[in-house]
Amino acid sequence: MADAAQSEGGGLVFHPMDQFKVVPLFGEGDVHWYTITNVTLWMAICVACVAALMVLGARGRAVVPGRAQSLAELAYGFVYKMVEDVAGKDGVKYFPYIMVLFLFIVFSNFLGLLPLAFTTTSHIAVTAVLAMAVFLSVTILGFVKHGSHFLGLFWVTAAPLPLRPILAIIEVISYFVRPVSHSIRLAGNMMAGHAVIKVFAGFAAIAAISPLSVVAITAMYGLEVLVAFIQAYVFTILTCVYLKDALHPGH
Amino acid sequence: MANETHGTDAAGEAVVLHGQTVEHPTELQHVEAGMPQLDFTTYANQIFWLIVALAAIYWILSKIALPRIAMILAERRGTISNNIAAAEELKAQAMEAERAYEKALADAKAESARIVAEAKAEIKAELAAAVEKADAEIAAKTAESEKAIAGIREGALESVEAVAKDTAAALVSALGMSADQAAIDAAVDSRVKG
Repeated sequence: MADAAQSEGGGLVFHPMDQFKVVPLFGEGDVHWYTITNVTLWMAICVACVAALMVLGARGRAVVPGRAQSLAELAYGFVYKMVEDVAGKDGVKYFPYIMVLFLFIVFSNFLGLLPLAFTTTSHIAVTAVLAMAVFLSVTILGFVKHGSHFLGLFWVTAAPLPLRPILAIIEVISYFVRPVSHSIRLAGNMMAGHAVIKVFAGFAAIAAISPLSVVAITAMYGLEVLVAFIQAYVFTILTCVYLKDALHPGH
Repeated sequence: MANETHGTDAAGEAVVLHGQTVEHPTELQHVEAGMPQLDFTTYANQIFWLIVALAAIYWILSKIALPRIAMILAERRGTISNNIAAAEELKAQAMEAERAYEKALADAKAESARIVAEAKAEIKAELAAAVEKADAEIAAKTAESEKAIAGIREGALESVEAVAKDTAAALVSALGMSADQAAIDAAVDSRVKG
């Protein structure tokens, strides 16, 4: 950002963070909680895409699937298998919730890669809500299922007795850091990639550098496509891991 | 932190702000946040719409999409296992048919071998009978011939005697002598025997 300020003198205009601004869609003014903003628009597009893939894609109910249906089944199988493998058979009950998370994040990430799009998952407000929802539901689930036994998660019986209190402190800290890292990882990745692309795009204004800039944008874009999927995957699989901890707190 | 310059840049509303900062306290707040991500005034909006979006996705998935896809997958699994079972059955049938064919082939081979052996035995028996018959015929013919030869030989001896006697009598008469038939016979007999 300091660079951006300095380069203003050189005729270059960098607004790498402008793309993340939340603005009302209709008219000007303050952003109230109910205001229809670009957040609303892109989340609505995300919901529409999810519906298009999962509902319209599987509309044919063909035994031999077409392209859209294959994709829908692939997404279903991918997340289902992830939940089953990581969280175990009894985690399958929570598969719909994890599927919601995965589809929302993956579609938001990819929609954010469209030019002029707004990336909802680049906002810590959004990812923090997702992460806190996971954290709270997993913690509550753990206590409901196992009662005080859930605290065994922090009491590492595999370690020698003198070490256990120390490990317990570390485990508790790492447990409470989970939602923070969970949310910042996703938002940070999305924001950083988009900001870097914008910075390169700003450099394209200089004729001498513009070819390099275009190449760099292309490369970054490719990387961002990868990151968009990987971050959705990481968020989902970590959710499964936390769910596993709640269902089977014994190590 | 280059708060002033940076903030105005990011907001892109420098002109407005320089003129009317006092009249828009909320906008000032907005600018000071720097990163749009840290602009808390938008949090309620984002969180509200996020919850709406998640609820919508959850509704779509749990009411329509997931049961439908699960059904499709189950149906496919059923179809596949049915087809595999049918294929197994067909395979078993094919194996059975092959076994039957092999058996028929083996039977046919055994039958043909038997027929060949039978024919051989029959031919051998016929041959043996024919040979025997031929042998018997040959023996009969030989015996007959021997008998004929013996007859001929005997006849010849008799004829020789008769011719000798006739010739002797003719010679005697030709020599101008007369001799009685008895004496000539005796003489010839003695000569022939001697």
